[in-house]
Amino acid sequence: MRSVPSLLSNKWTKLPVFLLCLVPFGILVWRSLAGNLGPNQVETLQHTTGDWTLRFLVITLCITPIRKLLKLPDLIRFRRMLGLFAFFYACLHFLTYLGPDQSFDLAAMWKDVAKRPFITVGFTAFVLLIPLAFTSTAGWIRRLGGRRWQMLHRLIYISAICGVIHYYWLVKSAVLRPLTYAAIVAVLLLWRLGVWFIRRGRAVTAASKTQSASANT
Amino acid sequence: MLLQRKPELTYADVTPKELYFNRRKFLQAMGIAGTATIAGKGLWDILAPAREVYAAAKYPNLLKSPFSTTEKLNSLEDVTHYNNFYEFGVDKSAPAKNAQKFRTSPWTVSVEGEVKTKRKFTMDEILKLAPLEERIYRHRCVEGWSIVVPWIGFSLSVIANLVQPTDKAKYVAFESLYDPSQMPEAKYGGIDFPYVEGLRLDEAMNPLTLLCIGMYGDPLPNQDGAPVRMVIPWKYGFKSIKSIVKIKFVTKEPPTTWNLANSHEYGFYSNVNPTVDHPRWSQAKERRLGEIFKRNTLMFNGYQDQVASLYTGMDLKKYY
Repeated sequence: MRSVPSLLSNKWTKLPVFLLCLVPFGILVWRSLAGNLGPNQVETLQHTTGDWTLRFLVITLCITPIRKLLKLPDLIRFRRMLGLFAFFYACLHFLTYLGPDQSFDLAAMWKDVAKRPFITVGFTAFVLLIPLAFTSTAGWIRRLGGRRWQMLHRLIYISAICGVIHYYWLVKSAVLRPLTYAAIVAVLLLWRLGVWFIRRGRAVTAASKTQSASANT
Repeated sequence: MLLQRKPELTYADVTPKELYFNRRKFLQAMGIAGTATIAGKGLWDILAPAREVYAAAKYPNLLKSPFSTTEKLNSLEDVTHYNNFYEFGVDKSAPAKNAQKFRTSPWTVSVEGEVKTKRKFTMDEILKLAPLEERIYRHRCVEGWSIVVPWIGFSLSVIANLVQPTDKAKYVAFESLYDPSQMPEAKYGGIDFPYVEGLRLDEAMNPLTLLCIGMYGDPLPNQDGAPVRMVIPWKYGFKSIKSIVKIKFVTKEPPTTWNLANSHEYGFYSNVNPTVDHPRWSQAKERRLGEIFKRNTLMFNGYQDQVASLYTGMDLKKYY
């Protein structure tokens, strides 16, 4: 049996992962064709695509912690694809809103976005993903430079937070599921904050050490 | 001369109920379900769009009501598989599964409070209080979807006139059954039980206000509020309380479940009103189940001729 690291670095692993990410979409297409979307077809499409957007955002945010904690650096090869799938499901989700809910009327859509915090925050989550999808190529990383690219792509944190709030504001009283997403996103973001604090702490001690060392000479 | 009219064809003459209920399984078995469809509509819907076809088994001779709409009915399948009945789970598909074993017999409804004669009614007694009518009403949920349902029952005023409210009675409070042993999902609902609702006395006495014991020619399915529920067609659906065990005439505005859960979003009146939005979403439009695009929501859900006078001079933004 192959080890996990060698599987992750194998060039053929990306294709099955890609196909796996398409399965929820495939199921929706099949259900639509079979007239099997339940009594409120539009709502089923909206909720399913919304759920998968959140799930892919969470999966994408898991990559870095898992890479570091389990020492699987090659996981990075899948991050762009997973992020783009989050964007793909977000686009479908947005289309189910723009079409059936707003009848493709852009003016009506803007009014709705401006008026309803629930929509505003969902729309924000979606819009923030657009520059990330656009600059997801190697060419754009080079053009922006690693540091600036990374800064830009931290927008996914805000997008995920907005996505969770959007879900929380949707439900009438059963907040268990949105709160579960909130907890997962919180853990993933707090982990990053923790890493950042530890690093800064180290940098500060290192700096003060050098300082005291130079003062002694 | 004796004009003998043959009874009209019942719905059972058109489509056997078993076939109706099993239409999706039936299609799948034929292996054609996935071939010809448009935008989420099954082949069956295209071939046989007559949704009003249903089998009347238990109550074939219902009085027709002048309050009935002629709009296309939603299918029994839709109305029994898309339910907000938090006692049986928060997902709309949950009550159809979790309410199957709900015991609705024996059942008594206690009518009490500010009345001359307090009474407990068994279901058999309720069924004999008045001739049963079929009332085809629009039903609008506060969440922004709607259905058209052929309910069965009679005006709540029938009961009121029997027990004779005293002069002190100004409101009517309703209470649902809450049996945690039969409703284990209720604890995840995020609202308090038993579910309670209320109406002003004049609202309760309005002839549109229906004490409902059935639909589509049959007794109420468990997930739709068996054995007896209210249907108040000009108010958002959550006012139409299900599985009632108590009706109490009271002097003060009674507490209501969704108002207790979130008074900012759900008022005591909760009349369907396209000009007063829910704080989080618009109420100007609604999606009729089975349709893709939204339609405009009507003032008082289209029943303003019958009920607008109840609210003359009231600020409906304040009393939402």
